[in-house]
Order: sequence, then structure tokens, then C-alpha cells
Amino acid sequence: MDSSRRSVLKFFGLTALGLASRPVFNAFATEHGHSAMHFEKGAKALKAKQWAMVIDTRKFESADELEPIIEACNKAHNIPQFENKNHEIKWIWETEYHNAFPQSPNRFLSEEAEQRPYLVLCNHCENPPCCRACPTQATFKRESDGIVIMDFHRCIGCRFCMAACPFGSRSFNFRDPRPFIPELNKDYPTRMKGVVEKCNFCAERLAKGLEPACVEASEGAIVFGDLYDPESEVRKLLRENYTIRRKQSLGTEPCVYYIV
Amino acid sequence: MNDKKYILGGLLIFIVLFAFPFWFNLGKAAPAPNPVLSEKAKAAGKCVMPTEFMRAEHMKLLGMWRRSVVRHAKREFINPEGKQYTMSLQNTCLNCHDNKAKFCDKCHDYASVDVYCWDCHIDKSKGEE
Repeated sequence: MDSSRRSVLKFFGLTALGLASRPVFNAFATEHGHSAMHFEKGAKALKAKQWAMVIDTRKFESADELEPIIEACNKAHNIPQFENKNHEIKWIWETEYHNAFPQSPNRFLSEEAEQRPYLVLCNHCENPPCCRACPTQATFKRESDGIVIMDFHRCIGCRFCMAACPFGSRSFNFRDPRPFIPELNKDYPTRMKGVVEKCNFCAERLAKGLEPACVEASEGAIVFGDLYDPESEVRKLLRENYTIRRKQSLGTEPCVYYIV
Repeated sequence: MNDKKYILGGLLIFIVLFAFPFWFNLGKAAPAPNPVLSEKAKAAGKCVMPTEFMRAEHMKLLGMWRRSVVRHAKREFINPEGKQYTMSLQNTCLNCHDNKAKFCDKCHDYASVDVYCWDCHIDKSKGEE
């Protein structure tokens, strides 16, 4: 290679020019090139730093009482119903005490509390392991409201998030879900074969100023609000009642609290 | 140069065969697509952005909408004229362009663009899925 003083100086000069021009290119390349259009939150949208949920399990005696709540979610989000348990898609579902709280090993438990049905769903953890596992950032912790949400367009179906989630809150679409949706809600999309899905804390309803479908259907047994607003309904309940969370010792900081 | 005729003959055959797609399809070009605007879209008069922009850039706009809605929780679009729309393919776009087969599919089929929008988003113009 020709390494005369002249050519070396030329090389450095060109490099400096290239580096200096980068901001200019960036300015042209941004998507805000159409300066006049912009995006906003709806006027009615509910806002919070971190959405959280308190489920008063004392208000549920049998699994039948949970049915309308689960049904409301299934209908709102086009959840398919599969016969084969391996293909099951779950956003919110019913489970028993020992499955919901495997790390509460107290013996001689109150029989009543032990036999209650427990509603479980995505905990929208403050420190979500699923988001760390996702190689495409299809699932992420949304800065604006703390919801652990999915961009289904980006999901490549690797299922790392399912392995990472300690709560089993995620389901994989092994089959095309469309033919298995009992009643299609035409205002909400379905999913396709090969993507993972889970509860989204009804982000689409919050944007319209509505509470999540399960909260609405629970007739007061589930309360939803901002965890970091000391005046919120959720914080009031947390102050006044003893609550537990699922697998708290793992440090994922679940945002779904249970009054037992 | 005794093989001149073979070489030239071979070349000619090669060129004719090589150009097969061109002369075979000569004059058979598919007619340009003609997407039909629905009555609702005609009545509205204009889309969320100028027609030329939508024709060329709708896929980019949809991508920006998606990012804003899912990632930034901002679901309202305000266009340069200051008009506000809810960003939703299923509930805003398809509300006016209510016949996918006569609108979207026309150009997509012509250009052999295989979009995966409809794997998840529901084409409301059809009856039950």
C-alpha cells in the first residue's frame, strides 16, 4: 500500500469528513422527516407509571364465579379454545392454591383459603425475565405504563420467553388459532400460527379510557390502578389488607397482588 | 474459421432460447390494477395523508403507526392538516376501505406482494371467518 505522507493525510481527511457528515445523514434518515404529522395519546386514555392489579380472592368461592371473568377476556381478545391441552392458549385462567403459590409452604393451612379458586394471569413484572430472554424485543416492558406487552409482528416464535417466565403466563400458537375462536371480536386482531401470546393488561381498552375486561367483569373483586400513585385504589387496598404475590422470592416483582 | 456457421448458428439458437420469456409473453401484459374506492372512502374525499403519499408510502406509515401504538402507547394520529385519527388498521383503515378484495388485493396481487397483515388482522368485509 502507498503510505506516503500525502495519502495518509488524505485518508484521515476523508475519514474526518465522513464522521462529521453523520449527523446530517441521521437528520435525513429519521422517520420524523414528515415534520407535520405526529402521534399522541388519546384524550380519554388512562395513564399510570406502573399498572397493577389487586385480586380479592376472598370474594370467590367456586370456579364458576371466575367463569364470566375469563370469558370476558377470551371474547375481547379472540382467544381460541382447543380440545388438546398442549395447544391451549391462556391469558387469564383459574388454578388452585398450591399451583398459584408453590413457595408458600405453610402447613395446616386454612382449608377455606386452600380450596378457593385463584385467578392467574401475566404479572406484568417490574423486572420481567421474559423481556430479557426475547432476542427480537418482540416482548418488552413499556416505559410509559409498565405493561409487559408484545409486538406480535416481531415475534419469531422461539419461545425463549415461555422458558423464562416463571408463571407460565405465555402460550404458543402451535396451530392457526382462527378456526378455533368461538366468537370473533372483529374490533381486535387474532394471532397467527407460530407466535407467543399473553395478557396485555387490556392496553387497547386503557387507551380508550376503559378498565381491563376482567376488572369490569369481576364486579369489584379485581381492582386496577397505578402502583406508584399513593392515592390510587390499588394502593389503598394494599395499605388496608395483607397481600401476597406469586413466587415473590424470584425477584421479578410481580404487579398482581392477592388478598387472601 | 471453418466453424463460423456453427458458432453463429449456435449463438442464434442460444439468444432465441435465452430471450424465451420476452418473446413468449409479448403482448400479454396483465392490465394495470384498478383498485376500487368504496362509497365510504369516496364520501370521505381524502385519506389520512394525501393520496400520492398513501399510494407510495402506506406501508411505511402503517409501520410507524404500529410502533407508536404498541411501543409508545400513543394511539392517535394527527396529520399535517391537524385532523385526528385513531391508528388502527382494522378499525380505521378498514372502516373506509371496507372491501379488501376490491382495494388492497388489487395492487398487491398485481405486484405479487404477499402481505401478512391478514394472518392476524380481520378483514371485516368478509362474513364469518
